[in-house]
Amino acid sequence: MQKRLKIYFLLFILSVFNAGNLFAAEEFDVKSLIYSHIGDSYEWHITSVGETEISVPLPVILIDKENGISIFISSRLREGASYKGYRISEKGEYANKIVYTTASGKVSRPVDLSITKNSFALIINCTILLIIILSATRWYKGGRQRAPKGFVGAMEIFIMDINDNVIKSAIGKGYEKYAPYLLTVFFFILINNFMGLIPFFPGGANTTGNIAVTLVLALCTFAAISFSGTKEYWKEILWPDVPSWMKFPLPLMPAIEIFGVFTKPFALMIRLFANIMAGHTIILSLTSLVFVTVAMGTATNIGMSALSILLTVFMLFVELIVAYIQAYVFTLLSAVFIGLSRVRKQAIN
Amino acid sequence: MSLLVPESGLLFWMCLSFGIVFFIVARYGFPVILKSVDERRSFIQKSLDDANTAKAMLDNIKSESEAIIASAREEQMIIIREANKLKNSIIKTANDEAREITRKQIESVRVEIQNEKDSAIRDIRSQIALLAVDIAEKLVRNELKESPAQMQLINKLLNESSPFKS
Repeated sequence: MQKRLKIYFLLFILSVFNAGNLFAAEEFDVKSLIYSHIGDSYEWHITSVGETEISVPLPVILIDKENGISIFISSRLREGASYKGYRISEKGEYANKIVYTTASGKVSRPVDLSITKNSFALIINCTILLIIILSATRWYKGGRQRAPKGFVGAMEIFIMDINDNVIKSAIGKGYEKYAPYLLTVFFFILINNFMGLIPFFPGGANTTGNIAVTLVLALCTFAAISFSGTKEYWKEILWPDVPSWMKFPLPLMPAIEIFGVFTKPFALMIRLFANIMAGHTIILSLTSLVFVTVAMGTATNIGMSALSILLTVFMLFVELIVAYIQAYVFTLLSAVFIGLSRVRKQAIN
Repeated sequence: MSLLVPESGLLFWMCLSFGIVFFIVARYGFPVILKSVDERRSFIQKSLDDANTAKAMLDNIKSESEAIIASAREEQMIIIREANKLKNSIIKTANDEAREITRKQIESVRVEIQNEKDSAIRDIRSQIALLAVDIAEKLVRNELKESPAQMQLINKLLNESSPFKS
């Protein structure tokens, strides 16, 4: 109680003297902050100390008709600098991307295979995933017949839970063929989600909230669904058991079914992307409250900062759950779709 | 809108890194773990089954041994009873035999005694006859004059000389 009174008193004093504008309240652009975070960049910004920006420069790899393959470090392009005719476009169609300006002033985009922040984060996360899984695997070599403890035990619980309760129950007989893929997907998404929640250097990149990453994952699942599709599955799509006027002369049902084939992986892609991106956006917005409210006076700023920290912590906990749930849902739905594509005639009758 | 457009560079690196991870982990990672957990599960199941059969066997052996003990005890009783019977009969026959032998010995002893007695009496009788002859000789030698006096003398001599006292 006394503590709370003290805080109120402090707030009162501060508002009376209106010490608010001690900090120069610059215009704080929340939108560009959030976009630069959830988007991609050519270097990995860590922090700013005074005027110096501390960031990890990453390799830029460009393939162009005129220059061929050019590989250089991204710090050469810092703050609008130009290197061999390449520069980072500030606005327009190719905003924040490397563009090539020819001698005649024509702007074009080269083939850009740069290891960007997200690519680099993916590589780090993949390395962590490999270390985790392979170090757990090493314990099992030599065929010992007892239960593991500690880290390997926890991993075993995790893996066997996904294997038995998700993959086995969704696919049914013959699930063993798909278990390695689905487990890889699950742990890949999980590690990337968790790493995205760590706010400093090796983490913090918005990998699973990037559409390119989820697109590849969804395409892999699409391939798995399509390749495991039985004759019965394709027959149900192209010539389903419905009254014949629904499929001839106008192929109404086949059209819907074929559309459905593509909406399944599309939904997987969008769900993961949107959930993780939204989580990052909310946390960043809440954190931005601290800086946005600077202009509103110190009392408001302190109050809103406390609220912001509270809400950010709460959202981080929610995101921890979301990180698991999204990995789980992606794996579960992939397994369910694969299970559905392995339909047999007896199963229907 | 740029958020919804996949970047070709990131696509490339994602395909590459996910592909490598999938290749390694799906070949050397998860299958090893899944296989060994499956093996452990079947091992545990087998151990449980084995323990159950062992327990059943143990119960079987226990009941069998109890049955064996019971039958052994019964047999023991029968043997003891028979041994008792045998003992009694042996004792009885031994007693009978002993009695018979004793009886026979007594009989033979009695016969011997009788024989001895008879021979003794015969001996005595011959002795007496010899004595009588002696006495008669003496009497004859003493000139047989008066007959009452002779008879008196014979009686007197008889009285003096033997257990045949009148």
